Amino acid sequence: MTDTLTPVLTAHWDDPDCFTLAAYRRAGGYQGLAKALGMPPDDVIGQVKASGLRGRGGAGFPTGMKWGFIPQGDGKPHYLVLNADESEPGTCKDMPLMMASPQVLIEGMVIACYAIRAERAFIYVRGEALHVIRRLHHAVAEAREAGYLGTDILGSGYDLEIVVHAGAGAYICGEETGLLESLEGYRGQPRLKPPFPAIEGLYACPTVVNNVETIASVPSIMVNGADWFAGMGTEKSKGFGIFSLSGHVTTPGQYEAPLGITLRELLELAGGVRAGHQLKFWTPGGSSTPILTGEHLDMPLDYESVGAAGSMLGTRGLEIFDETTCAIRAALRWTEFYEHESCGKCTPCREGTYWMRQLLEDLEQGKGSEDDVTKLLDINDNMVGRVFCALGDTAGSPIASTIKYFRDEYLEHLKQGGCPFDPSAATLFAGDGAQS
Amino acid sequence: MPFSSDALARLEADAAQIIAKYPRSRSALLPLLHLVQAEEGHVSTDGVAFCAAQLGLTDAEVSAVVTFYTMYKRRPVGDYHVGVCTNTLCAVMGGDAIFAGLTEHLGVGNDETTPDRKITLEHIECNAACDYAPVMMVNWEFFDNMTPGTARQLVDDLRAGEPVRPSRGPSHLCTWREAARILAGFPDDQATDGPAAGPPGLVGLKIAKERGWTAPPGPSQGQGTSSQGPASRSAEEASR
Ligand SMILES: Cc1cc2nc3c(=O)[nH]c(=O)nc-3n(C[C@H](O)[C@H](O)[C@H](O)COP(=O)(O)O)c2cc1C
Ligand code: SF4
Repeated sequence: MTDTLTPVLTAHWDDPDCFTLAAYRRAGGYQGLAKALGMPPDDVIGQVKASGLRGRGGAGFPTGMKWGFIPQGDGKPHYLVLNADESEPGTCKDMPLMMASPQVLIEGMVIACYAIRAERAFIYVRGEALHVIRRLHHAVAEAREAGYLGTDILGSGYDLEIVVHAGAGAYICGEETGLLESLEGYRGQPRLKPPFPAIEGLYACPTVVNNVETIASVPSIMVNGADWFAGMGTEKSKGFGIFSLSGHVTTPGQYEAPLGITLRELLELAGGVRAGHQLKFWTPGGSSTPILTGEHLDMPLDYESVGAAGSMLGTRGLEIFDETTCAIRAALRWTEFYEHESCGKCTPCREGTYWMRQLLEDLEQGKGSEDDVTKLLDINDNMVGRVFCALGDTAGSPIASTIKYFRDEYLEHLKQGGCPFDPSAATLFAGDGAQS
Repeated sequence: MPFSSDALARLEADAAQIIAKYPRSRSALLPLLHLVQAEEGHVSTDGVAFCAAQLGLTDAEVSAVVTFYTMYKRRPVGDYHVGVCTNTLCAVMGGDAIFAGLTEHLGVGNDETTPDRKITLEHIECNAACDYAPVMMVNWEFFDNMTPGTARQLVDDLRAGEPVRPSRGPSHLCTWREAARILAGFPDDQATDGPAAGPPGLVGLKIAKERGWTAPPGPSQGQGTSSQGPASRSAEEASR
């Protein structure tokens, strides 16, 4: 039996120098790279495939397979673009990872680039996290000085440069093709797929876009082997991942565990829902994943089980809300976010989020009628599948799922002509006088 | 105001360095916009024209990009950009109350600057620090677990020029323009300041250590080869 928590990526975060190359080497860093450089690139891809690693950015696409899609011998430059845009509400794993342990990312990137035969890689990091960006620049500089980047890496004859590229505030630039547009110097509006980035990505060249945590998992797979990784997790959701608990829990924070851990187990470790309160609803993996409730406490947090429950594992950004939280207020805030972040390319998404926000605003204030609840679901149905990217597909998730579980609460707002909740009761500082 | 010839020479040298990093010059546009924002505190029409000239684009092409991204400001910003997260989780945990309190305290609304030009207030979206909610950002540095009271103290200190330290960040808080220069790709020397992780980053690790939980040992463990993760930790500790 694997232990309940399995710190790998987070194993050394309590070392105050964790972010330095010296500390990373002390902890065995860059042995995965040495191993990889001694293997044919296709074997590196094979090992990642065999590990069962799936993308940690939300969609869960098999990583080795993605790398394998890059055409070889095509004469075009290949690129790796690291998706460090982390902006999905509730998601808060990549920023601490890059702050604490940027070298594991650099090592993973060099391995990935060697495998897909790329000579240039980019870290597309959201601009709103200055200290993370400092740490990334520092890590790249240290790695270059030590010969892990640049020309003839570790005497292998392999060359690679990594550019740290700061974004400028746009959630949609986390969508991989929006990201590529942005990195090419345009508005970050997603592209129609296919062609997928593996065939026509950055500058229409074969490109792998991977999440921070995905790439950070690669060095340990190189060192310890595919079987070691696949030995953790569940049948189809292998390995470990960072589960980020936030909101109304006693001890919010990062818990690294095999996929398949349950919220009940995580809450036990986190000291439960905050004292005197009960779980009302939660997101398994960020705001785009439909909310779940207490009936899902024992559902394994793996791709298949969460999917079967009508949601998605997503980013494992577990936002926990107790009974003081108004479900409509939560849905409204998320909808405001999607309205603001819709890139405007597709009419259903651009207009749909705009209308849904207005309907919700009214409903929160107890205005409108029950027909508006139906209308919200209608609008959502007209967005799903009729848009370029997953933002539009999932923007209505908070609405549809809160209506599914809390329809009565919508009606109660209408009945009372206002919101029955006291927002101050939900705050971190409720009742401790800090309000003044 | 058009750039002075000194400033122009300096900016052109910086721009050349940025452009050289990319296989195609247009990729340098976002960093170049950060660069002109570092110079002027916002992206002015002169800033747009400068970027367009460096990249052989039209002003309209550059403006189309500027307007897409919320971090580029088209009006002057104070020395300190104060962001309050009001996305769902932070809002519920107190972000709404904090934002309302600051609006009243500073006498400015969203996206407005105090008359002393010190502080620009903005409600921001999720900043990937939900385990520290409610979160504020000053010039894009983290201020964690805020309350209306600590938020008010923070802006008072900023306005009074008192030293202010981010929760997870450098000892010296950059000004808005200094921050933009880092975003352009010219980092300062504060990377090694501040903690590796804040307390919530360590909660799972702490429990695992207390209970002796680790990832399974890798096959290389015990043969003197250390590895990533917990196996290496024990190997390393044994050798200390
Ligand atoms: C609106 C939107 C935002 C996204 N934001 C991110 C993000 O911030 N980070 C990320 O890794 N993936 C994000 N994704 C998913 C990416 O499109 C892509 O699937 C992912 O980067 C692939 O990496 P992976 O296979 O390693 O998970 C987003 C997707 C959408 C539709
Ligand atoms: S679905 Fe929305 S965010 Fe995605 S491309 Fe269309 S308009 Fe843009």
